[in-house]
Amino acid sequence: MRPAIQVEGLVKTFGTTTALAGIDLRARPGTVLGVLGPNGAGKTTAIRILATMLRPDAGTVFVDGLDVVRDPVAVRRAIGLTGQYATVDENLTGTENLVLFGRLFDLPRAEARSRAARLLDRFGLREAAGRPAGTYSGGMRRRLDLAASLVGAPRILFLDEPTTGLDPGKREELWQTIRGLADEGTTVLLTTQYLEEADALADEISVIDHGRVIAHDTPAGLKQQVGGQTVVVRPRDPAQAPTAAGVVERAVGHRVEAVRGVVTAPVADEHAFADIVRALEHADVPVTELALRLPSLDEAFFTLTGHPAAAVATTSGRSHDLDA
Amino acid sequence: MTSTPEPAVRTVPLPPSPASGGDGGRSQGGTVRPWPLVRHSLALAGRSLTRTRRNPGVLLDALILPVIFLVLFVYLFGGAVAGSTREYLQYLFPGILVLTTVLAGQISTGLSIVTDMKKGVFDRFRSMPVPRAALLIGSVLADAIRYVIAVVVLFGVGYLLGFRVETDLGSALAAAALAIGFGFSLSWLTVLLAVLLRDETMVSTVGFLLPFPLVFGTSMAAPVETMPGWLRAWAEVNPVSHAIEASQGLLLGGPAAGAAGMTLLWGGIFLAVFGTAAVTAYRRLV
Repeated sequence: MRPAIQVEGLVKTFGTTTALAGIDLRARPGTVLGVLGPNGAGKTTAIRILATMLRPDAGTVFVDGLDVVRDPVAVRRAIGLTGQYATVDENLTGTENLVLFGRLFDLPRAEARSRAARLLDRFGLREAAGRPAGTYSGGMRRRLDLAASLVGAPRILFLDEPTTGLDPGKREELWQTIRGLADEGTTVLLTTQYLEEADALADEISVIDHGRVIAHDTPAGLKQQVGGQTVVVRPRDPAQAPTAAGVVERAVGHRVEAVRGVVTAPVADEHAFADIVRALEHADVPVTELALRLPSLDEAFFTLTGHPAAAVATTSGRSHDLDA
Repeated sequence: MTSTPEPAVRTVPLPPSPASGGDGGRSQGGTVRPWPLVRHSLALAGRSLTRTRRNPGVLLDALILPVIFLVLFVYLFGGAVAGSTREYLQYLFPGILVLTTVLAGQISTGLSIVTDMKKGVFDRFRSMPVPRAALLIGSVLADAIRYVIAVVVLFGVGYLLGFRVETDLGSALAAAALAIGFGFSLSWLTVLLAVLLRDETMVSTVGFLLPFPLVFGTSMAAPVETMPGWLRAWAEVNPVSHAIEASQGLLLGGPAAGAAGMTLLWGGIFLAVFGTAAVTAYRRLV
């Protein structure tokens, strides 16, 4: 089957800065490709080239089988884009925004109107439809933004860090929507700084760093590569922390210590977690927190590259809240 | 999930789903219809107009500045230049009419394009099947409302101060239309600067300063015969001189056809040269 997205050897430089040093990306139709990387890794540059807003310096980029350099207009008819920041007009109402985008997709006026109404309805914006988008909350604006990128009924959807700035509840909500779109057959390319997000949404993940793809795998495969998960146990009574540490130690088979009343230890497989749950109950250690966590992006990067991603990632100020 | 004040996303299936078949090509943006540049430019102009309607304050600069110049010149210099403020108002008004439309085009058209270019919504437009030129044309077209309002206000203030058209209504309307057309054509210069500079401060500074040598280096405020040689030389080659001469002829009487023809010619040249250059430069930004 022809890939929906096929990128080979894509290079883009800005002056002396190499944003993309030859990346390959590939997504089958109807799947979600997660592009995972810290700030400055080149994710946005890649999306802007795929969405025909920037010209590549070298390499080939095919979107829906069309060359983005030779046939940008046809590509634009096949794609939808949601940027990192809201790409709607703040002075226009929700309805006016979507009707305008519909008109720009050459829909007849009546069709543009009814499609706008359906989308606003679908994204829970019916009540806010008549208000300028500038008055929307962050979550509402993201939804309007996503709705706007669906006006042209795209076969391929680019989402550039769609949940950046959203609180966890809203993030979860948007994830559901994105999953729904993929289920309907839309191919989604999604960039994110969160391993958790890529894990929740993507069929395959490409990890990029300094303009290169440093890993490509399924979420399960990637988690295996980056060293599985971590168990976190916080006993209700901090005095019981050493007991809890002993329980975890027996389950994971290596030395574990409690730090400030919390026991953290890497686990090789999910069985160990079940063992820990049972053993804690058996030892009568009530807990306020008991979780199995994915490694943070920083940890994953350290494993994949041998250097921390933190240097660039912390500039966002929010790269360490995977467990938020 | 925490409870949210906003309604949750409903999972009503979206009717036009391309991959699941259905209406296939039609949902991909309808049938390709003719005149995409015109339709898209008008749709985008509508967007800019809605914005102006919601923030009418953005029109103030174009309204106030010409009126300030009119009042300032008439009452400060009128007595000295023409012997009486009344007579000077008659002389000055046609020139201020051209100043009004040139200022209306220069001050904010370029600035709003730079601001727009940096906005997320322009990213969306650029990822859509919209001709690049339509993004610029839409913005410039919507600014036509500024010219019309500014000219109406100027005539109103002029009449209150005592200015009277010495020809007829048709000629007065022609003078207004000519000034508006000229200001519109010249505004493509600031559009070009906006696309090349892409910096709000630089574009607004240039946009504010540019009208001065262009409009003041003419017979707007005083006959060119009274000027030093270098300024007179500039006034004689300055295309705005034709616009002001035409405006004077149409509002006060006297020959106007030749000057009006030259104004139209220059307007066409500005439109062709600056317009083409701006669109080409904008396309190169992709």
